[in-house]
Amino acid sequence: MDNDKSIEIHVRNLVKKFGSFVANNNLSFDVYQGEIFGFLGANGAGKTTAMRILCGLSHPTSGEITVAGFDVYKQKELIKKNIGYMSQKFSLYDDLTIAENMELYGGIYGLSRKQIKVRIGELLEKLQLTDRQSTLIADLPLGWKQKLAFSVAMIHKPRIVFLDEPTGGVDPITRRQFWDLIYEAANQGITLFVTTHYMDEAEYCDRVSIMVDGRIDALDTPGNLKNKYQVQNMNDVFIKVARPDFFSQQYTVSSSHLNNQIN
Amino acid sequence: MKRFLSFVKKEFLHIFRDVRTLIIIFGIPVAEILIFGFAINTDLKDARIAILDLSKDATTQRLTNKLLSSGYFILEKELQSDNELESVFKEGKVRMVLVYENNFGQKLQKEGKASIQLLLDASEPNTANMLHGYTTGIINDFMMKAYPLNQQNIRIIPSVRMAYNSELKSVFMFVPGIMAIILILVSALMTSVTITREKELGTMEVLLGSPLKPIQIILGKVTPYLLLSLVNVASILGLAYFVFGLPIAGSLVLLIAECTLFIFLSLSLGILISTVSKTMQQAMLISMVGLMMPSILLSGFIFPVENMPDILYYLSFIMPPRWFIEILKSVMIKGVGFSYIWKETLILSLMTLVFIFISIKKFKIRLE
Ligand SMILES: Nc1ncnc2c1ncn2[C@@H]1O[C@H](COP(=O)(O)OP(=O)(O)OP(=O)(O)O)[C@@H](O)[C@H]1O
Ligand SMILES: [Mg+2]
Repeated sequence: MDNDKSIEIHVRNLVKKFGSFVANNNLSFDVYQGEIFGFLGANGAGKTTAMRILCGLSHPTSGEITVAGFDVYKQKELIKKNIGYMSQKFSLYDDLTIAENMELYGGIYGLSRKQIKVRIGELLEKLQLTDRQSTLIADLPLGWKQKLAFSVAMIHKPRIVFLDEPTGGVDPITRRQFWDLIYEAANQGITLFVTTHYMDEAEYCDRVSIMVDGRIDALDTPGNLKNKYQVQNMNDVFIKVARPDFFSQQYTVSSSHLNNQIN
Repeated sequence: MKRFLSFVKKEFLHIFRDVRTLIIIFGIPVAEILIFGFAINTDLKDARIAILDLSKDATTQRLTNKLLSSGYFILEKELQSDNELESVFKEGKVRMVLVYENNFGQKLQKEGKASIQLLLDASEPNTANMLHGYTTGIINDFMMKAYPLNQQNIRIIPSVRMAYNSELKSVFMFVPGIMAIILILVSALMTSVTITREKELGTMEVLLGSPLKPIQIILGKVTPYLLLSLVNVASILGLAYFVFGLPIAGSLVLLIAECTLFIFLSLSLGILISTVSKTMQQAMLISMVGLMMPSILLSGFIFPVENMPDILYYLSFIMPPRWFIEILKSVMIKGVGFSYIWKETLILSLMTLVFIFISIKKFKIRLE
């Protein structure tokens, strides 16, 4: 990564325990300004847990963590003002219109009436939804809702945006459009911290980390990771990191298959 | 503050956009008062009465004629002495007995006042109340016409005694009871559901991730319900007063202050329920089964607490509505001041503090 970029998220030895269960086991990484950082891992690997800590939603058990230059133990309020967060669950209100949702979050983040108006204009124009601002969220297709949720998370122009599986359940074309929005934000210097289950999306990230059972087992650019594991795509990287036994299993299955055919 | 207000505005939008919520908040209170009120209310016609005229002069004769010609009363019996009073009631033939004192007309002329005693069978409290109202109305009318000029100086003093049910229980019981139930419904049930809804939808997560403080989120959620509950208090009291003639004997300010205290208590209960439930269904179930039902059954709203088996009687001590209904009855019907209800008020205040304390604890744990 370029050295002239400043560090936006700094994590050293992050540990999070729920009782005796270790959800985040000694995580260490840095995320740079303007970077798209992919945070991968199987279900239950501990992605959401780590992201909630970075967003000031939960206390770490131990570790040294700063986000946007602020300490997660003591400066949660400052962190919250400087980040946007799109949670794993859908975060807009179905019974409010597009504009009302935007006004709400604009208001919560302390924008003035005028600023909110301007931002709504800008964001809707970008999404080509200007004439739909009085539509209820409930009446929109899922893909649009997700794109809107992302825009709303950026209404206060945060320095960092956290996206927890932002494209879950969305069709490939809409996912592509969603990533265009992510690129655009990164080009404006916003840092993006994204979790996803789609490995094609991992290819779009500047760097990715792969979590397994609460640990980070790999962290590099997609290109370097593919080289290191000698595979063609991120999907195979993921399988090699997360399920090292998977390939050998596959071979056993196919050979026993063969045997059956011979018999 | 501005952040907070935009949040409150959103909460009002939720409420006014959901027909079911609107019905619960505005429809049910009005409907309940009307149903209870009219179910008990029956038109007064041909009520049987007895008269004990100890004076038997021209004035009493004229007044009796006026009463009987009103169409509301039928004279069942003319009594001759005090001794008959009890038996005539026991036989159940009459609803009211009118007693003119000795030398009624003369006293009225000379001393400027005379008294009539109204004895009412209050086992049907609403009828008794209406009889009382109609009779005094007719007497006043009579006085106006007979002595148009010096009304101030000449008075008939009706003294009223309700037999069997000196406090006129059920008539006035239903208003405090409904007040308590409605406030629990709107303040506790609705808030617990709306807070849990944010949790279930996942929007709570985003709100917590915003610069809003948790306390602002909670206050923002409950503020609209506090305001709407106050509207409900006003509409229930208004209906009771204007439609059913429930007198408000005590201080209105005190009454509203006590209602506000109970609203705070219900809101804190609602918050508490929302901290322990994961889904809206769960919140609804806890509110209904854990709160509403015991409130209705054990508060004295339907079954008088004095007649309960010991265990239920002591259980009723921990039901907030029991104390609230006690307060309402005292202020509305007996017209007492704060010095008579400070104990109940203290109990409600302590309960509120306890609920808020537990809620804060639970909420903190959840954030860990
Ligand atoms: N509050 C909690 N108490 C106890 N265990 C928890 C809590 N939150 C999460 N966990 C556990 O921590 C582990 C990691 O959960 P987490 O939600 O971070 O996974 P994830 O990587 O986001 O998975 P997914 O892809 O399904 O979203 C899971 O086993 C989960 O059960
Ligand atoms: Mg997750």
